[in-house]
Order: sequence, then C-alpha cells, then structure tokens
Amino acid sequence: MAGSDPQTPPSRGPLARAVLAPVLWLEDRTGIGAFLKPIMTHRVPPSARWFYVFGSATLMFFSLQIATGVCLGTLYAPSASNAYENLVYIDTVVPFGWMLRAIHGWSSNAMVAMMILHMVQVFLHATYKFPRELTWIVGVFLCLLTLALAFTGQVLRWDQDAYWGIGIGAAIADRIPIAGNWVRDLLLGGPIISGETLNRFFALHVFVLPGITMALVGLHLVLVLRHGISEMPKVGEPVDPATYRESYEARVHKEGVPFWPDAAKRDLVFCGSMLLLLVAVAMWLGPIGPNGLPDPTDIDTNPRPDLPFLWIFGLVSLIPPASETVVMLVAPGVLILGLVLLPILSNGGERAPSRRPFMVLGVVLAATSVGILTWEGRESPWSPVMDAWSSLPTPVDYVKDRGPLQLQGAVIIQNAQCRNCHELGGQGGKRGPALDDVATRLSYDQLVRQIQQGGGNMPAFGKSLTSAETEALAQFLLTMHPANEQPSNPPGALLPIPPQAAESGG
Amino acid sequence: MSDSKHESTSLPQVGGSGDGGSPCAGCGGGRREFMFKVGVGLMGAGGVAAAAPVVSAMLGPGMRTYREQWVDLGPVASYPPGETRFATFTNPWTSPTDGLTDQTGCWVRHIPEGGEGARGETQSLDTSIGGPPPSNAFNPKAPNFQVFAVNCAHLGCPVRWFPQSRLFMCPCHGGVYYEDGSRASGPPPRSLFPYPAKIENDHLWIDAGRLPGLQEAP
Repeated sequence: MAGSDPQTPPSRGPLARAVLAPVLWLEDRTGIGAFLKPIMTHRVPPSARWFYVFGSATLMFFSLQIATGVCLGTLYAPSASNAYENLVYIDTVVPFGWMLRAIHGWSSNAMVAMMILHMVQVFLHATYKFPRELTWIVGVFLCLLTLALAFTGQVLRWDQDAYWGIGIGAAIADRIPIAGNWVRDLLLGGPIISGETLNRFFALHVFVLPGITMALVGLHLVLVLRHGISEMPKVGEPVDPATYRESYEARVHKEGVPFWPDAAKRDLVFCGSMLLLLVAVAMWLGPIGPNGLPDPTDIDTNPRPDLPFLWIFGLVSLIPPASETVVMLVAPGVLILGLVLLPILSNGGERAPSRRPFMVLGVVLAATSVGILTWEGRESPWSPVMDAWSSLPTPVDYVKDRGPLQLQGAVIIQNAQCRNCHELGGQGGKRGPALDDVATRLSYDQLVRQIQQGGGNMPAFGKSLTSAETEALAQFLLTMHPANEQPSNPPGALLPIPPQAAESGG
Repeated sequence: MSDSKHESTSLPQVGGSGDGGSPCAGCGGGRREFMFKVGVGLMGAGGVAAAAPVVSAMLGPGMRTYREQWVDLGPVASYPPGETRFATFTNPWTSPTDGLTDQTGCWVRHIPEGGEGARGETQSLDTSIGGPPPSNAFNPKAPNFQVFAVNCAHLGCPVRWFPQSRLFMCPCHGGVYYEDGSRASGPPPRSLFPYPAKIENDHLWIDAGRLPGLQEAP
C-alpha cells in the first residue's frame, strides 16, 4: 500500500521526501493506490476466522504454479521425441531444476487439496446461498479447471504413466455415443497417441486452461467483493433473499473489521505456513516422475494416474462392467449439473450445518467414498501381480511332507501363473481368494471343475492344463487346510477323495 | 473529442436511439451509421478469413479421416505355429516429433495346424462369459493367424501374454483374455481388438494405423 496516503505531510525530512516523491508521482499518474485501498480495507464480518483461509491458500498455490510453470516453460521442450530426456536433464543438470519440478508437481496436489477444503467449507456453511450463487457456480468451473490442469500437467511428463493415462482418456472418450471417435481424434490430435498429442496437451496446459482460470479467478474475486465475505452461519438465522442484503450490510457496517489487516493476517499466517510446508515436502520427496520412457512397445509397465485421479482409477475397476459407460459418461455430467444448480435450487433458508444434516451426510459420504477409492486405486488389489508366478517363494510348510503328485501341483501353481491372482502365505495377487485354506471350501471335484471351467471371474484353464496337470494341481490344493481341520467333502460330491491321497500323498 | 462540439454532444443520441427499439435500424445518422456497418462488415470478413487456419488447427484432427494401411510385420517364419509372439511396427501415420510413440506393439498368434487346444484335451470352456470367441473367418487371407492390439478393450492399457497359462493379462484393472482373444474375466466389455491380417509373399501384413477403440474395431 505504497500510495495509501497521497497527501504529503508538511514535516518530513529531505530524504523521506526524496523517497516518497516517485511513489507519489506514480500514485498520482496511475491511481493504483486509490483503486486498491477500498478493496483492501473493505469491511468483513468479524466472525470470518480460520475457516476462511482455504480460498486464499488455493489462490497462493495457483500463483506459485504460474511462477514455477513459467520458469519450467523456459526449460521444457514440448516435443514427444525428447520431452522425457529433457525432464531428466532438468532434474539432473539444470541448477535447482529438480526443485522447480518438485515444487510445481507437489504444489499442483496442494492446490487441488486446498480447493477441495475451500469447496467443502463453503458447502458445509451454505455460503452458496443468496446472493452468492454465481460465486459458487464460478467456483465449480474453477474446480473443473484445476483438475483439468492437473491432468494435462501429468501428460506433459510424457512418461509411461502419461502415455497410458491418455490411452485411458481416449478409451473413455471412445465410449461417447456417435461422436466418440471424433472427440478422441480431437483429444489425441491424430489417430494414435503421438507427437501431436503432446503438443495439444501442452497448448491446453500452458495457454488455454491457465488463461481461462485466471479470468475466472478474477471474476470469482470480483463477486466476493461485490457480495462481501459471508458470516459464519448461525442457527436460527436463515437467509431470506428479500432482506438479506440490507441486514448483512447493516451488520458489517456496525461490527465489521477491515479486511486488511484484520482478516488478512490469518490468510498470511496460514498461506505462509503452507508455502513453507510445501517447499519442505517438495525438497523431501523430490520431483514427481518421469517414470519410464513413453515407449508403446514396452508393455512391461504398470500405469497409474496421479493422486487426484486415483479414485477414478479405482472406481472404474470396482463398478459392474455393465454400468461402466453410464458411470464414466453420464455420472460426471449429472454431478457437475447438480453442483451448478445447487445454489439456484436452494438459495435461502438455514445455513448452519446442524440444521442441514443431509448436506453434512453428503460430504461425509463423498469424502469416505473418494478416500476409500483412492486407497483402493493405490493398492489396486484387482490387478494381477505380473511377476508373482516367477518371483515369489512357495511357503516351506506347504511343501513339507508332500507326495510327488502334490509337489508337482506345487510347481504347476507357480507355472500356471495362479499366484498372479491368488495369494499363498500372504504373497501374490489379490484378485482371487487366497488359497491357504482353499481345501476347507472346495472338494476335489469342485477344485477340478473350478480349474478347468473357471467362473466367478476366474478364467478357465481347461485348455492350458492337461488333465494330469489339473489332477496334480487339485491334489496339491487339497492339502491346503489348517492342520486340525479336515478338507471339505460335501455330501453331494460324486467322487469322495480317498483319505490316503489327501493325507499322505498318492 | 475536443475538436468538434457537435460530435461530442450528438454521440449519446446514437447510443440512446437503441433504447426505444432496435439498436440502429431507426437511427438516421446516415454516414456514421454506414461507417459503423462497414466496420462491422470488415471485422466479420477479416475474422472469417483468419478463421480457416484457427479452426483447422483446433478441429482438424477430428475432421480428417485416417484410413488404416497395410503394415508389414515381417516373414511368416518368425511366428512359429502354436506360439503367440510380440511384434512391433511403425505406425503409418507419423509426424516429425513423435519420437518413440510412432512405434506400436501387437500380439501375433499362429494357430497350429489341427486347430486349437492341441495341449489340453478338455474343451469345456465357460463361454457364458464374454460370448463366443472371435472367428477365424475374420482373416481369410491368413486363416491361421490372429493379430491382437496390445490395448485392453476396457481402458486401453497394454495386455501381456503368459504362454504357460495361455492368458493375456492387463496390469490396470485386471482384465484377462484367452489365447484366442476372447474375454476370460475382469471388466473388459469385449474380446481383444483384432487387426485384419493377410499373408503376401511369405510376409505377415496387418491393416493398422488407428489406436483401436470400442467404436470401430471389428
């Protein structure tokens, strides 16, 4: 606030006058101070306390993204033929290049986190009600833009995760009825994921999305100033669109405090702490990726999306396949439309969370779902462990005192890649059930049937295993039961297994 | 503004005339209105003229048609009967900055003479999952070959072939396919995407060029 006091006081030393003169000249010719002063000192409700810092923190991280992004722009080459090598060069050769990439990457996650906290706070306190409907709607679009920036930024890393991540995006686009192919070609900039794909995502990430975001952030702030910062909700003080403006202005005029410095000091403390924390985290964890050359012929890969999208990755593997197209294409539209229409449909009434239990329940449900899906996406228990069959040891107890046929079965359980999906001794895939006590659940006949015909989401092995191999495998599996528990032998079984075959090994 | 008092006083009338009805239909300021219309016309014409490359850059990739082309996968002898092997080729559509990404992988299955199931004698596959397997009639000019895209039919991740269990497995969401490409388990909505294949001059050719997707794959 250099020019906050344009009138020169009479008693000032020559030095002070010399310093002040250019400042006053600037203020006189531009009027910036006069323009900013009412904005900075506009009155805000005294109840605007620590809950209100998340929006400022989101804006701070966005500014940090612009600053570090412009610097990365001076170093990065948006060319599919050498983007990857270029990132390695930034990480290893350019002074502080690794730190720049680390801050840009982790600040992206931090911006998403702060934006979600901000949105949840506004939702819980029903700040979106009259007259701040449009502030919320602009915020919904800012939320989508932030996520789009995070996704396009991940693509610019141009590693295996980026390559197959766009593949997933293209496959989702391809499910759009009629226009799917057209949308996919537009997204990829051609018939395959290639150089033009990276160029398109670069233009989106660096020009289009930040431009729109900056414009909407400006609009968002103008709307915040126009309608004033909301008060903390009070039980029994519902919003009435007919009288709200008058009563709000009267209250703020009477009890309000200037935004600068009374309210801004909390924003400063919180943003400063978050900034320090972020730099510390970025230096500790280092830059994100790049993970593996984007070589489409290198299929020995395990692509995973970045943190903000892990829950979507988890969702599309856990929902019933028949519902996928609807969940991928219709649900996002319904969700966005719901968020946009929310303040239009509910612009008055109680704001206190205690009077809006279903809204609170909605937040709890959404947070729990996204949290669990993120965890599941991280663990991805549905994915086969591709090298389990060739790398994991067979637990010693499971081969001790076993006969030759059963030992042959213990070899087949490795060779037939059973352990890519089934655990043995706590190691292996989690797609199917663990086999440590499978004999207590399935009889010999049921084991053979399950191996040969599959079913229940298990492939049939009837074509890849001979009947001798199947028998050996089933005999081995029949030994998989606790020592003091007999194997399953249901009354309906056609061929009861001879006891000596199961116990001593045939 | 300062050079003509007449101009400055009459300016509001031009704007104000719009209040009563249509903006400029009734304003009788002859020459000024003509200039305004010319200006709008020039801007419009210039905009349209400049729009061609802009629209082409933004929407072009969706307007062009990318026809598949026949791609040589090498001599037939490099794909022994009874085996499924990984093959790579350069995509027919490339640009100068593609780098590694103009390369594409695919799985080539050479079905042994005497049909499928040469190893196990049991044929009791559960065909209730995923429907019947793809027909060999798909490749009349290479009847013993099936060539599959690496992309899982679920969301496009690269599937891997396991010769021991004769299964393709996907690392992303756990889709599994049998050796003939039919869906075995997991979320994929269909069998693996096949490329049309043919044999010419003892070389195996496939019709490729587009990232396979649910909408146009056979």
